[in-house]
Amino acid sequence: MPLDQEQIRATMLNIIKTLAPETDTGNIVPDLPLRKQIELDSMDWLNVLEAIRERIGVDVPETDYGKLGTLDSIVTYLASRLAES
Amino acid sequence: MSEGHMRPMLIRKAYREGEAPSKEAAEPFSWAEVGRELGIAPGSAVNMAWLAVDRHAASELADKPAFRFVAEDGRRSEISYRELARLTDRFGNALKALGVQKGDCVFVLCGRRCELYVAVLGALKIGAVVSPLFPAFGPEPVRNRVAQAGGKLLVTTAGVYRRKVQAIRGELSSLRHVVLIDDLGGGPLPETFDWQTLLATASDVPALVPTTADDPALLHFTSGTTGAPKGALHVHGAVLMHYATARWALDLRPDDVFWCTADPGWVTGMSYGILAPLVVGVTSVVDEAEFDAVRWVSTLEDEGVNVWYTAPTALRMLIKAGPALFAGHAFPALRFIASVGEPLNAEVVWWGMETFGRPIHDTWWQTETGGIMVANAAADDIKPGSMGRPLPGIVAHVVRHRAGEPVQVIDIPDTVGELALEVGWPSMFRAYLGQPERYRECFAGNLYLSGDLVRCDADGCFWFVGRGDDVIKSAGHLIGPFEVESVLTEHPAVAEVGVIGKPDLLAGATIKAFVTLKRDRVPSEALRADLLAHARRRLGAAIAPKEIAFVECLPHTRSGKIMRRLLKARELGLPEGDSSTLE
Repeated sequence: MPLDQEQIRATMLNIIKTLAPETDTGNIVPDLPLRKQIELDSMDWLNVLEAIRERIGVDVPETDYGKLGTLDSIVTYLASRLAES
Repeated sequence: MSEGHMRPMLIRKAYREGEAPSKEAAEPFSWAEVGRELGIAPGSAVNMAWLAVDRHAASELADKPAFRFVAEDGRRSEISYRELARLTDRFGNALKALGVQKGDCVFVLCGRRCELYVAVLGALKIGAVVSPLFPAFGPEPVRNRVAQAGGKLLVTTAGVYRRKVQAIRGELSSLRHVVLIDDLGGGPLPETFDWQTLLATASDVPALVPTTADDPALLHFTSGTTGAPKGALHVHGAVLMHYATARWALDLRPDDVFWCTADPGWVTGMSYGILAPLVVGVTSVVDEAEFDAVRWVSTLEDEGVNVWYTAPTALRMLIKAGPALFAGHAFPALRFIASVGEPLNAEVVWWGMETFGRPIHDTWWQTETGGIMVANAAADDIKPGSMGRPLPGIVAHVVRHRAGEPVQVIDIPDTVGELALEVGWPSMFRAYLGQPERYRECFAGNLYLSGDLVRCDADGCFWFVGRGDDVIKSAGHLIGPFEVESVLTEHPAVAEVGVIGKPDLLAGATIKAFVTLKRDRVPSEALRADLLAHARRRLGAAIAPKEIAFVECLPHTRSGKIMRRLLKARELGLPEGDSSTLE
């Protein structure tokens, strides 16, 4: 069984908490741009994508980065990618 | 790119009709001649902002866009030279009304939005010294820099102020005023001035305060191996260098659309993101968003960028995205690509040829030099991997520089030594603020010692070899290990810290910290997360370590200094070399 949306969301928050442990993930507004709310530089962001690949099993191509703006859109995108596979 | 070894060592330039760059400066070279082109007579008044903005606002360029801003949502807005002159006069007058005087230090800390550019140029107009801060700095780098410079006024956004400044405001005793750009729409905050209100009520009579070529204009903080960051002070006369190098090293011409991707929080974004293109009179594209591969390709294509100045990390990220990223896109306008921040490997230069039909021109300079010193100039053939040759007016040497011995120029080609420059170029830094001793240590006779190790081949091309000290270059930014170590050491569990740059394919290096704990503390994942959170909160994402390793002990010299080089050698599995000075 692929991860469901809630599991993806929990994993994403866990990834963020691991890479940027100063983040209060409870304060993240899911439909506002993620990188406006937490401090992730471009290297952090690549590490997030690497963790997504390892822990969720989705390899996000650069051309899809635009679909990863908010926490909600990340979850939706990853769920649809998992459903495809 | 597997056939890389088959490639020739030289890229010969072939230009399309009408594109050939003019051959460089007239011989014999003189800075006075460059000054005359800008209407500057020796000893006459020089003001960067006047030359960059007001001069064009009074010419046929008045209604030409100086900047084209691309907002995060893709909306574009332009500001003409005339409008920029008017707004910078207003901001300059507002500063005067707040008591800011010539020589006072004004800090800016915000993203690449129009107000930032108005603030920088308005402050320069009235002779204030502008010090830009990188928006990804945490509160500690901000506090340290403002305190060192005795900053009088800070321009920032409400969002940044709440997150990074409000809590430390009480410690910034020199800071008289804070001007806030209301990006949150939440209205005025206590003890701050609102940008909009301030500008709306300010006079728009010319704000210019007379300055000379030797008056201080810019303060750029940079990092050394030891001690706090150093504030490198630059003068208004540096504008000659910005103007000359924009043409020689970037091939910038008045009708160009120019995109410098650097943030003005760093010296590249100030010298070549604001001043140089304005002085030449071009239109600059400013992308307000952070790096995004797809967005960058669209920006290059849709904005019709002619000249693009960027950094190896960004280029490597574009390469990583693969050729599919560029499929279906064309860049007929793109004529010249240059790079700065860290050495550009030959593969990237070749990738430029394959992707854009243009090579990428590496340039070398530092915060201290204020402008490009060594470059693969437009008219020259390129040896991929080389940083090029000294520009007109710049005399560079490779020197042997060892503690306790006189500095010696090395004349044998391909011998590694320190890159040194003969003093006298207009954008050379004039001081490390409040640290005359450290400033003096940068010079030997008439040579500025760069700290970068290079070799020079028989054709006079320079090749970067490494740093002569422990300073870390990460994603093009210079990071001092001491600043990172100091903050980590503040954590109650930490005994000692050594910080190194760990080689990274994309960023050049990432920050890794080796930490020893106090006797009663034991390593754990929870403690690691706590240390990382502490460092990121205090330093910001750009300077905080990406990796923390707990170790039993750190190697020291006899005098007690942590041997970062040995930590690095161990990290890389290299021979540890001479350990005679070890504990």
